[in-house]
Amino acid sequence: HSATSVGAIRFACNQARSFCSGGGGLSAAAATATESAGSSGASLQHADQGVEAGGILNAAKYGGRHHVSLIPGDGIGPELMDSVKTIVNVAGSPIDFEEIPLSAERGTDEDMRRAILSIKRNGVGLKGNLETFEGMTSKNVQLRTKLDLFAYVQRCKSIEGVPSRYSDIDILVIRENTEGEYSQLEHFNVPGVVESFKIITEAKSRQIAKFAFDTAIKTRRHRVTAVHKANIMKLSDGLFLDVCRDVARDYPSIEFNDVIVDNCCMQLVARPQQFDIMVLPNLYGNIIGNIAAGLVGGPGVAAGMNIGRKYAVFEAGTRNSGRSIRGKNIANPSALLLTTADMLEYLGDAEDAKKLRNAVLTVLRSGIRTPDLGGSSNTKEVVDAVVQYLLQVRGH
Amino acid sequence: QPSYKMPSHQLLLQLMKRPSQLLQASRGLSAAAAGGTRTVTLIPGDGIGPEISNSVKKIFAAAKVPIAWDEVDVTPVKGPDGQFRIPQKAIDSVNKHGIGLKGPLATPVGKGHRSLNLALRKEFNLYANVRPCRSLEGYPTPYKNVDLVTIRENTEGEYSGIEHIIVDGVVQSIKLITETASRRVAKFAFEFALREGRRKVTAVHKANIMRLSDGLFLKCCREEAHKHPGVEFAEAYLDTVCLNMVQDPTQFDVLVMPNLYGDILSDLCAGLVGGLGVTPSGNIGESGAIFESVHGTAPDIAGKDLANPTALLLSGVMMLRHMQLGEFADRIEKACLDSIGDGRARTKDLGGGATCSQFTDTICSRVA
Repeated sequence: HSATSVGAIRFACNQARSFCSGGGGLSAAAATATESAGSSGASLQHADQGVEAGGILNAAKYGGRHHVSLIPGDGIGPELMDSVKTIVNVAGSPIDFEEIPLSAERGTDEDMRRAILSIKRNGVGLKGNLETFEGMTSKNVQLRTKLDLFAYVQRCKSIEGVPSRYSDIDILVIRENTEGEYSQLEHFNVPGVVESFKIITEAKSRQIAKFAFDTAIKTRRHRVTAVHKANIMKLSDGLFLDVCRDVARDYPSIEFNDVIVDNCCMQLVARPQQFDIMVLPNLYGNIIGNIAAGLVGGPGVAAGMNIGRKYAVFEAGTRNSGRSIRGKNIANPSALLLTTADMLEYLGDAEDAKKLRNAVLTVLRSGIRTPDLGGSSNTKEVVDAVVQYLLQVRGH
Repeated sequence: QPSYKMPSHQLLLQLMKRPSQLLQASRGLSAAAAGGTRTVTLIPGDGIGPEISNSVKKIFAAAKVPIAWDEVDVTPVKGPDGQFRIPQKAIDSVNKHGIGLKGPLATPVGKGHRSLNLALRKEFNLYANVRPCRSLEGYPTPYKNVDLVTIRENTEGEYSGIEHIIVDGVVQSIKLITETASRRVAKFAFEFALREGRRKVTAVHKANIMRLSDGLFLKCCREEAHKHPGVEFAEAYLDTVCLNMVQDPTQFDVLVMPNLYGDILSDLCAGLVGGLGVTPSGNIGESGAIFESVHGTAPDIAGKDLANPTALLLSGVMMLRHMQLGEFADRIEKACLDSIGDGRARTKDLGGGATCSQFTDTICSRVA
């Protein structure tokens, strides 16, 4: 887990941002329109507007400390966020969490508005998964689209000490995060017939493709693979693929190829080492991201980040709520801790990020593992081990 | 003589629903079971298709399976209206016999030819694609003891082919889910599970995101589950299934899902047990079924006696079970799997050195 990769990703995102604020496309226009339409008068006094136009926007630091919006979420979210808070304290990282009470039960429009406002104010969020009950729209999707977190990035790397059928996997999954099949546009055509719309736009495809290639350059990776089903969905996935090919032309030093999604799945379980960076539309990103995470150890060790032009929200990679293991003290805190390390790096605290990451990886290597990794330790034991390591490193 | 003025798929639906056809088909079924010979359409296909079809015919003959083959070619021909379509002879054959075994087809490149596989699916209204994925003893992969079946809705969903350019740079693709199709495939899944003695059916969906479409699919699955209390029923998100599938595929039994998820998941599962070269597949329609190998035509090895007939043979085995000729199915399947298990008899793609003919002969000797 290279310490430079998250910083590189943030840089790549800023590249994408400068492209977008150059007036490129429907999505940027739409995002701005939504923002100004949705906010009340009082909240418009943000330093945000205007500063953004200049260059790289750094998250605000109050008194040298970062404010991070924290949404514990449902399922195992709350208990694991407690672990995060404990460890961030012990590690002495300059982070103050602003906790936001948003959950499946508590999720009015006002709650959502406050959550979004908080993340806009702080610039960075850490979230658990919000469950979606029948009849509800997904709050997770709402957060991502309203904050225009256009990219979802998952680093899937083999971890020493974590049992897996493969070794030497190091895949960066870059998934378009705001359109495609998740456009939430559905209706009953006639009784018993539902139409669901998948939207692919040139603007967002270009944005994610450029982000993928910029990330490739900054992380010194060699190949970007576009995953699609353009042989069947000729217009939608066809557009995505064409745009990726077009963007690839601007990056002659990066190899580019494409693969059809079903073949991709077969390749992943046969020879996953062949993939480097993968760029995908929303749904395929969901599928491939989960497969890749499963290949390197599963949901307990997967980290994920939602990145937009101005904001970033970090969460456990495979976005599970873990409802069935809630309160049993067996949830694996590693995923969220590794995500927190990524977040520290994004905030510019590379040293702290490295310390935390090392702590988690060392504990995983040492065999102290929760049941999902085939171990017999519980959550508290893993957290204690990480705390011990951090205290040791601090010289106590 | 059918009129070319009527869209052929509509005509076929009419033909297939005629009682005389159905009666003939069912008579054929019981004839086979009672010891008579049943005729089955054979579509050898392109590339390695003809040679693997020959292998299957040889093995079936050695096992004395009471089946006669009616071989047809489905390469599209130009009709009087200039449109390319499947030759009438092929259509008549499948309609008459109700059961078909098909090798790989090359999709012609260029305008005017729709994907042949898609055309066949539409012509015969094949609504459920069934793919059993079982670990092959003797051909180990990193995944052991896999034994699951994916059942995929095959007529609608994301593959409705309805796409529009809304404005320049914005494309809309429509996914269509209907109650009729969802109910039909769900019903089939439960009946299949009961018939094959399988324990549990899991509906795979993304109803948290696609509330109405996948929600409708899920509703139909739940209703069918109610009507089939002898089978356990579970629901799972597609991404969670993928995540769990690559960690522990043994936890899955029968999976039923809409078109796109089925396409992806069935290929993922095939990858777990060794790829498309060893995976059988069946397409079930309302009044007939076509069983097929799902690998490509492999033009580079065509005609060189190097092909592996396993996929087509196991599809033939599925076909025999569908025709209630289970005894023959078991014998041929065992002979095939034992031959693969015997390292010397394997074909090149499975790491052995045998030719297609040698592999075929080994199975014949085991099955006679």
